[in-house]
Amino acid sequence: MAKQATRVSYGEALVKYGKDEKIVVLDADLSKSTKTDMFKQVYPERFVNCGIAEADMMCVAAGLAACGKIAFASTFAMFAAGRAYEQIRNSIGYTKLNVKIGATHAGISVGEDGASHQCLEDIALMRTIPGMVIINPADDIEAQLAVKAAIDHDGPVYMRFGRLAVEDVNPADYKFELGKGVQLRDGKDVTLVATGLMVQEALKAADMLAADGIDARVINIHTIKPIDEEIITKAAKETGAIVTAEEHYIMGGLGSAVTEVVCANAPCPVKIIGTDRYGKSGKPSELFVEYGLTAENMAAQAKAVIALKK
Amino acid sequence: MDAKRAIELAIIANKVRKHALEGVYTAQAGHPGGSLSIADVLTYLYFEVMNVNAENPKDPDRDRFVLSKGHTAPALYGTLAEKGFFPVEDCKTFRNINSYLQGHPDMNKVPGVDMSTGSLGQGVCAAGGMAIAAKIDNKDYRVYSILGDGELEEGQVWEQAMFAPHYKLDNLTIFVDNNGLQIDGDITEVMNPKPIDKKFEAFGWNVVLADAHDFNSLEAAVNAAKACKDKPTAVIMKSVKGKNVSFMENQAGWHGVAPNEEQYNKAIAELDAKIAELEASL
Repeated sequence: MAKQATRVSYGEALVKYGKDEKIVVLDADLSKSTKTDMFKQVYPERFVNCGIAEADMMCVAAGLAACGKIAFASTFAMFAAGRAYEQIRNSIGYTKLNVKIGATHAGISVGEDGASHQCLEDIALMRTIPGMVIINPADDIEAQLAVKAAIDHDGPVYMRFGRLAVEDVNPADYKFELGKGVQLRDGKDVTLVATGLMVQEALKAADMLAADGIDARVINIHTIKPIDEEIITKAAKETGAIVTAEEHYIMGGLGSAVTEVVCANAPCPVKIIGTDRYGKSGKPSELFVEYGLTAENMAAQAKAVIALKK
Repeated sequence: MDAKRAIELAIIANKVRKHALEGVYTAQAGHPGGSLSIADVLTYLYFEVMNVNAENPKDPDRDRFVLSKGHTAPALYGTLAEKGFFPVEDCKTFRNINSYLQGHPDMNKVPGVDMSTGSLGQGVCAAGGMAIAAKIDNKDYRVYSILGDGELEEGQVWEQAMFAPHYKLDNLTIFVDNNGLQIDGDITEVMNPKPIDKKFEAFGWNVVLADAHDFNSLEAAVNAAKACKDKPTAVIMKSVKGKNVSFMENQAGWHGVAPNEEQYNKAIAELDAKIAELEASL
């Protein structure tokens, strides 16, 4: 099974779909890490390095978009959604300009760099912005198609990519549909709703649960906003128990988005796997265990949430 | 500049001042001081310099303007109305819940507004983005932006101050409205941004000093900007906050306060007298 970091897919997709003269890619001195250097090599005349100046970069992207460009502003999630939040809110969100934020190195899987660089709040921050589209792809093919979808969508998009190589969870003929969740496995006892690299863990958790006679449904939510209300409501009604998983704070991320839908449409117990602590340095695999971002914990939480069913 | 044209522009600028005050007075909210200080430069840009057409406000080849000090929207709205982008009567709807004239400029609601602004420091960076867009497309439109002198305290202004010279954005001209006052008082007491000219020079800009209330001085500055190759231009304009309303001039207290009825009537009477005097001199 192939493994690739979604940030690499971002760079490849920018090259693959970057022929359009309207596309301009911006970076803030991290092009080797965000992989926008791949675009720079092919289309240097449409690559703008802004230096280590994320606030300026977001507004420059807005100015480019105001002149008809599709501007991809790229940096680490911490410095995109975090440092430049208010620039994104006022100059990109409020204006509805055609800026695509390519936020790499999201989540705890950044690993050794530690808490200062492990952005665990970007989904929450971006979710508050009216009209913002948020995509958190699970694997290579989904990440590449997310970039294509972002180009085709008129308006602001936040794309969340990871540093760590992830397994393919989607087939080679996968069709990406913005705003639509993907049911990867059917089940009737509980639903595991995951995003990003937690999708691969959800599939493993479902296997573990199956071994214990529990039939778990697995849903991949790549578009966190607007969220697919239909697939979540259906899962809540048909399985009556949900576990969500994301490398993000418990507050404001996928879990919150799912709970909002469930509470409004089909109340049932929901367990949110995430954290409310800062990250720390370590190998990603060690951090996943310490922060409960594992298939084992998902399976355990699934059993706990099933016990809450009436 | 021909003396007659300078008088005509001064008449328009004082009408812009009236529209700005009409809006702030009706709303009983807004920013009169800094609106009055930029009325002349806005008039000069929109009536003498910029290639813009009220009939085709989204023309992709038009010159762009970004009011980085977005709180002085009343002056921008007055200028756009005088230029024919929307009816001048609408200036009185400023900040009303049913009006498109928001407290700070909204590009999606107001014809002629090229960028939504209000959060200081962001507009000038967007202007840099517009200027580099023109360079990428080999287009010859120019981008203008006005910043407050207090706004220079925002760090991201200096991020853009590095960006524009780095990319040789000679199609970008910014004007610093150096009226010397910000909400909490004198800029040198709140957080001294001086020496403004030397700072921009050190960042690699073509720096021009100008009088914000003298059209010949503004003309010389814009001509110097157009003549300069490979560098963006920063025009540091000495201006008077509250210009042309006697009791508002050089008063930080008129930064963000609306006049009462008596004050409003006095202000309008002063501006009407100025306009009548200018018209008589034509």
